[in-house]
Amino acid sequence: MVSITSSRLVRGREARRAAPALERPGVAWAIPGLVFFILFAIVPMAGVVYLSLTRWDGLSTPQFTGLHNWWRFFSDGQILQSTLVTAVLLVGNILVQAPISILLGVWSAGYQRNRAVLSTIFFFPLLLSTAATAVMWRQLLDPNFGIPPKLADLLGGNTDLLGGQKGAIACLIVVTSWQFIPFHTLIYQGAARAIPLTLYQAAAIDGAGRVRQFFHITLPQLRNSIITSTTFMVVGGLTAFDIVLLLTNGGPGTDTSILPFAMYQTAFRTYDYGYASVIASFLLLLATGASLLLVKISGYDKMTSTMEGL
Amino acid sequence: MRRRRNVVAGFAAFAWLLVIGVPLYALVNTAIQPESKYTDGGPVSIPSAVTLDNFRTVIHSGFLHYVWNTVLVAALTVAIVLLLGVPISYAVVRGRGWMTRGVFRLFLLGLAVPSQAVIIPLFLLINRLGLYDSLWGIALPTAAFALPVSVLVLSGGMRDISASLYEAMALDGARPARILVNLVIPLSRSSIATTCVFTALQAWNGFLFPLIMTQSNDTKLVPLGLYNFVSQYGGNVPALLAAVLMSAVPILIVYLFARRALVMGLMGAGGK
Repeated sequence: MVSITSSRLVRGREARRAAPALERPGVAWAIPGLVFFILFAIVPMAGVVYLSLTRWDGLSTPQFTGLHNWWRFFSDGQILQSTLVTAVLLVGNILVQAPISILLGVWSAGYQRNRAVLSTIFFFPLLLSTAATAVMWRQLLDPNFGIPPKLADLLGGNTDLLGGQKGAIACLIVVTSWQFIPFHTLIYQGAARAIPLTLYQAAAIDGAGRVRQFFHITLPQLRNSIITSTTFMVVGGLTAFDIVLLLTNGGPGTDTSILPFAMYQTAFRTYDYGYASVIASFLLLLATGASLLLVKISGYDKMTSTMEGL
Repeated sequence: MRRRRNVVAGFAAFAWLLVIGVPLYALVNTAIQPESKYTDGGPVSIPSAVTLDNFRTVIHSGFLHYVWNTVLVAALTVAIVLLLGVPISYAVVRGRGWMTRGVFRLFLLGLAVPSQAVIIPLFLLINRLGLYDSLWGIALPTAAFALPVSVLVLSGGMRDISASLYEAMALDGARPARILVNLVIPLSRSSIATTCVFTALQAWNGFLFPLIMTQSNDTKLVPLGLYNFVSQYGGNVPALLAAVLMSAVPILIVYLFARRALVMGLMGAGGK
């Protein structure tokens, strides 16, 4: 009873201030989450930039050294190699994953029963975590007891695929694709199902065959999904640390030491946190750039409902 | 209309079935063979002997404790994300003014921050908070990095609630807190489910935070447990792969009982 009275009183007071207008939730509702997010994501972002200007072993207090680490960064051959390997993996992954997942997505968008059954099986790799996937493939790629010995003729007798740089990069691309193509297929499946059927009917009346329909209707209609999915691949590729650690451990030598792996090694193996922060800042720059591009192109920031206009 | 059978696609789909199916078959096949026998026929043979000993080995090594830890971290993370993410999204969708718009932009920007890039200051922060080697030390950063996608998904769902419902409740004298509880949360069930699954998956699959933030066996999570099994059971491949299989069981259960929520959760922002 008390609460009803008091709330009525409050309402009376507010009614005078902002008469019949709708009372909307204020920014105060967002503040706890905002503080939390700033503490654990934004402050560390600033922290990594600051640490990149210091020398720090993790124990003593960081020594401010200005741009020293950055000059070292730009003349570091190992970093150049890491950047190149990261780029090769990124491009390789997109070239392998994008076409396959577009075709699979469009194929699985059909409602035929055999497609539904197979799609369910194609989904299975998503049930495994990256760690599980990598551990599994490490065994499957074993030069003696894995799958390569069965394909020895095909591989020209070289069954130790992870033993050379080209093989190791190829393996990383294959394993990443195996793991993530199902995810991208889901994106394309949803988008392909949303394409209005009337477009295909009109094209068929005009005599367009399956291939023409694919290139002139399906692909253009999937434009937004292609942007979304590719950006996921780029950001995912820039941060594909766990798969490298588990599958190749950066090797052979430092041949597959991609940027996040090089950062991890520098920070948590050689305890050079200042220099590792430079690599981290560089990663941050690349990933933020890629994602901002996504927001700009896809229009996520327009704040509109998907139901508007229906 | 497009009823003509697509033979080329059929063959391609079969080829893809091999790509997906052969490794999975090899995984199961190796996991159920005795350690002494698994090399006999290679990974894609038909097993000559079948055993569940490998699963017993894995369970005796404390794997279930890792599973329990992971479930705890996932639950904590989901709780934090919902507790913070729902009010944020409510303010973003229903609030007016540059401040709420700014909040939304900040979280959009947050989508771009990869956790790897800030792991060093985060490590320092978790240490300073005295949370190193605790499950909170994993749950807090995981929640922070799941928050942007969650806000995107939740606010997307809330925008689909018709404005007339808000007005009707407001006319009846409901204040924002009451509208949130009686209108917004019930009508956001599907986006809340998506958020739960997405966040739980992040916690379940997360590798970097456990690797950096914990060290003892007591706080070990499943992915890190798998990583350590490689050195621990390097030789016992069937047990290792049995552990891989077992790590997928909880997700499989979600898949069987909440397929739609799992698919939506996997897609996260990608589905919108």
